[in-house]
Amino acid sequence: MHPFSFTKAATTREALDAGRRGGRYIAGGTTLVDLMRETVERPEALVDISDLPLREVRVTERGGLRIGALVSMSQTAAHPKVRSLFPVVSEALELSASAQLRNMATIGGNIMQRTRCTYFRDVTADCNKREPGSGCAALHGFNRMHAILGTSDSCVATHASDVAVAFAALDASVHLLGPDGERRIPFADFLLRPGNTPNREQTIRQGELITAVEIPALPRPLKSGYLKVRDRQSYEFALTSAAVALHVRGGVIREAKVAAGGVGTVPWKLPAVERALVGERPSDALWTAAAEQAAQGARPLSGNRFKVELLKRTVERQLRIVGGTK
Amino acid sequence: MSPQPQAAVGAPLSRVEGRLKVTGEAQYAAEFDVDGVVHAVIVDASIGRGRITGVDTRDAEAVPGVLRVIHHGNAPRLPYRDNSNGSNNPAGRRLRVFQDDRVLFHGQPVAVVIATTLEAAQHGASLVKVRYDAQRPSTDMADAEADEPTRYARGDAEAGLRDAAVRMDLTYRMARNHHNPMEPHATIARWDGNRLTVWDKTQWVVGTQTELATVFDLPMESVRVISPFVGGGFGSGLRCWPHVVVAALAARETKRPVKVVLSRKQQYFGTGFRPSYEYRLRLGSDRRGRLRAVVHEMDAETSSYETFDEAIMLAGQMFYSTPNVSQAYRKVPLDVNTPIWMRGPGFANASFAIESAMDELAHRLRIDPIELRLRNEPAEDESNGLPWSTRRLRECYTVGAREFGWHRRNPKPRSTRDGDWLIGLGMAAAVYDPGRMPAQARVRLDADGTAVVEAASSDMGPGTYTSQTQVAADALGLTMRTVTFRLGDSRYPRTPPHGGSMTMASVGSATLDACNKVRGQAIELAVEDEESPLYGVRVEDIVVRSGRLHVQGDPTRGETYQRLLARNNLTHLQANGSYAGPPDPERHSYYSYGAVFTEVGVDATLGLVRVRRMLGVYDVGRIVSPKLADSQALGGMVGGIGQALLEHTVTDHRDGRIVNADLAGYLVPVNADIPDLKAIYLEGEDMQADPLGVKGVGEIVQVGVASAIANAVFNATGRRIRELPITAEALL
Repeated sequence: MHPFSFTKAATTREALDAGRRGGRYIAGGTTLVDLMRETVERPEALVDISDLPLREVRVTERGGLRIGALVSMSQTAAHPKVRSLFPVVSEALELSASAQLRNMATIGGNIMQRTRCTYFRDVTADCNKREPGSGCAALHGFNRMHAILGTSDSCVATHASDVAVAFAALDASVHLLGPDGERRIPFADFLLRPGNTPNREQTIRQGELITAVEIPALPRPLKSGYLKVRDRQSYEFALTSAAVALHVRGGVIREAKVAAGGVGTVPWKLPAVERALVGERPSDALWTAAAEQAAQGARPLSGNRFKVELLKRTVERQLRIVGGTK
Repeated sequence: MSPQPQAAVGAPLSRVEGRLKVTGEAQYAAEFDVDGVVHAVIVDASIGRGRITGVDTRDAEAVPGVLRVIHHGNAPRLPYRDNSNGSNNPAGRRLRVFQDDRVLFHGQPVAVVIATTLEAAQHGASLVKVRYDAQRPSTDMADAEADEPTRYARGDAEAGLRDAAVRMDLTYRMARNHHNPMEPHATIARWDGNRLTVWDKTQWVVGTQTELATVFDLPMESVRVISPFVGGGFGSGLRCWPHVVVAALAARETKRPVKVVLSRKQQYFGTGFRPSYEYRLRLGSDRRGRLRAVVHEMDAETSSYETFDEAIMLAGQMFYSTPNVSQAYRKVPLDVNTPIWMRGPGFANASFAIESAMDELAHRLRIDPIELRLRNEPAEDESNGLPWSTRRLRECYTVGAREFGWHRRNPKPRSTRDGDWLIGLGMAAAVYDPGRMPAQARVRLDADGTAVVEAASSDMGPGTYTSQTQVAADALGLTMRTVTFRLGDSRYPRTPPHGGSMTMASVGSATLDACNKVRGQAIELAVEDEESPLYGVRVEDIVVRSGRLHVQGDPTRGETYQRLLARNNLTHLQANGSYAGPPDPERHSYYSYGAVFTEVGVDATLGLVRVRRMLGVYDVGRIVSPKLADSQALGGMVGGIGQALLEHTVTDHRDGRIVNADLAGYLVPVNADIPDLKAIYLEGEDMQADPLGVKGVGEIVQVGVASAIANAVFNATGRRIRELPITAEALL
């Protein structure tokens, strides 16, 4: 670990000031401290934002949910409104990490977490994300856990968050506060695909602070849930995952929200699957046909060809779990 | 002397050191508070093969607190005398730390930074710049040439195969596994003049002592190794690894006690591993499933500088009756560090191949897998003609089948379903060759009626402290509370490595011998002492219970150790005990046995395997400590589930880097993966084996688990998986 300074911000103002001077925000620290130990991250100044008043979960006027950036993963998952309105969020969180990590890690930190790509985390390996221009060791290396969607020749690393997949599916947005005031970015635009600049991962600017994630109101009744396929039954990242939310009225699917995890360089929204569902009546045949669209554009690597088929099956299974069988 | 009543042995006692452990008082290697200790962090090679062309230590040395940076360019030459005698070092030249510019594997120690704080040492280590002339390493068994094989043959296997009515040709692959004990390997080294003291995580203080004595050319008695607690080992502590030498070297150079704690990542190349295997098995049987010929070809990885060998061949020679057997065991030298034994060494791999193949044969011939095994049960050890000491495998099958409900298994694959889950039942037999080696122990019975027993030994978790205390308590006729067993110090009487399931048989027999001697001394003293109520009683009529010697059948006539010793003005009695090892030549063939049964669920759509329940039935001789033996079995089954479904050390063959060198990337089972596990030990003892009648528990319990799971997966799905671990992609 490289030496660094550590200060605690008592107010949002203080945090923004420190951020403007180049300070890195730290909340739960479950990603950042890990990466500092590996010397992947070498911040000179850490600004602890744990005391800021960003710990509220509330229902918005229109019936959506606003989750403060400092609400822990476990508090979010257990919140009665999250559980009743968007079970997919609770399920995604509860299938993430371990109980200890979920108690420490925050929602803001979760969507800022960096990839688990083994080469990114090993400073002696080539990685364009860590060291632009050095190359991508994963492209022709160990890439079983890597992405098949949204990749580039520069980077094939997955975004490891589960709850971000649920947020992407639900068309959530991210609230930011910076020196120039507040702004709000749709989740789909917040996390960036690697392209030629895999070192740029979010649209956040230096010194900006995530204040909340907001899930918009969706028509009710809404059934939702998260399925995570992984090698072991707890404390492991997804091979594939699917977040599904369906609004069915009069026997017809009126609204469908679907995204996949473990397969994309960012949480992967599946609009083609959504389109195939809307206006149709739930049936096993529909689930199969819609899930067939899930892997459109997939570019599998030497070690993860199985993910193409597994992704379709994961989406199909979760459509059935949420939407029911005839 | 009369036989002592059994009170402690066989009782389901909790660990005697349990309180120390749960209260944090038990001191592990890195926790010893050694005055003036400084910290060392090792810099690992970032290439897989080649030469070091330069080491720039300026930035590291500029870090406040950094005392020294040692590397091959400035390290003193070390004697590195040969260490072939009584060591665990495999044949070959040793890795000599900081003695030359060659890099033999990715992660090899190339420098060490010593600093007054751990943080400074870590930061300094990250600033050492090493330049290399790198070559592409050879780390893939598939592309490398093997050494001359070790061979075994009886009969004519090729002819037997040709003539067999049924022939199968099957190849099984098994991934490299790492032990991943919870406690990281750690060493504190301190020099006092020419005397070296080392607090180390090791399963063999004597082995580490021997290695350090040879590396630094010291008399054995100048090296003391202390290791009272080991936070898991599974074999990783069976030899002295390079970082122990680094600690001792750094301490000598800085003239300060030095502590080295390997990071989790460093365990993956700083200590050994279970080598990966390719195991080809060609078998021929008659139509009733009786084996006629089996050809085993085993390829395993080893390092370029040492030849690691393990007992992969034995199961194929002795387990099933087979007139014609041929074996070739090839070690493939690679640019990797040297492997080491890991739980169930050799047998856990051989059994995956052999027991999977038996299941395949049973399916092909439509014979129940247990029945097929019974048809091939040998009357004696066909590899050497010796009778079995005990071999109660039939009972293991019978008891296991009954308790598990084996009759409910539908032999037709893919015939049982529970929602999205296909259900399958599988079984496998297990065998292990437990070691017995010469060992010594000493006991001192004090005038206050308490006793202390000492033996070098180790307790990496199986419960040596407890089980040895049980043996000693019964032999001395004392209660558990009044006996203390001490271990983990090279100053104690010598013992063999704490591994290979040999500790109970070897150290336990020495403990028994020492304690019997002291009890005998006390009894002699009493019967010859005119003032003793036992004066004139025949020695063989006296027993000792709870510290009181008395006439067997007449508890009123007797006296306590305290009274006896006080009256005779003795402060203590003491004796050295020993176990000479097995008879040479052996008169019996001596193995532990088991049968493993499991039920799995397979979600064939998503490629998921879930173990739903598991039962192991074992023939391991006398059980000294039932509660701890049960823990051993559960732990072994968990290890087997990991081997079967999760554990896989992955190497990037382009540069020899291990790419999943942490517990996020190398998966071991978590609680959620572990279902209802049950172990049954057949009652009885094996008095041919050793004076205690034990055969060893710790290794056998991982053997057969992976094959039972793979066989159950086949029963569930009809898919035969011949590669470990069984992954989602293999099942899709």
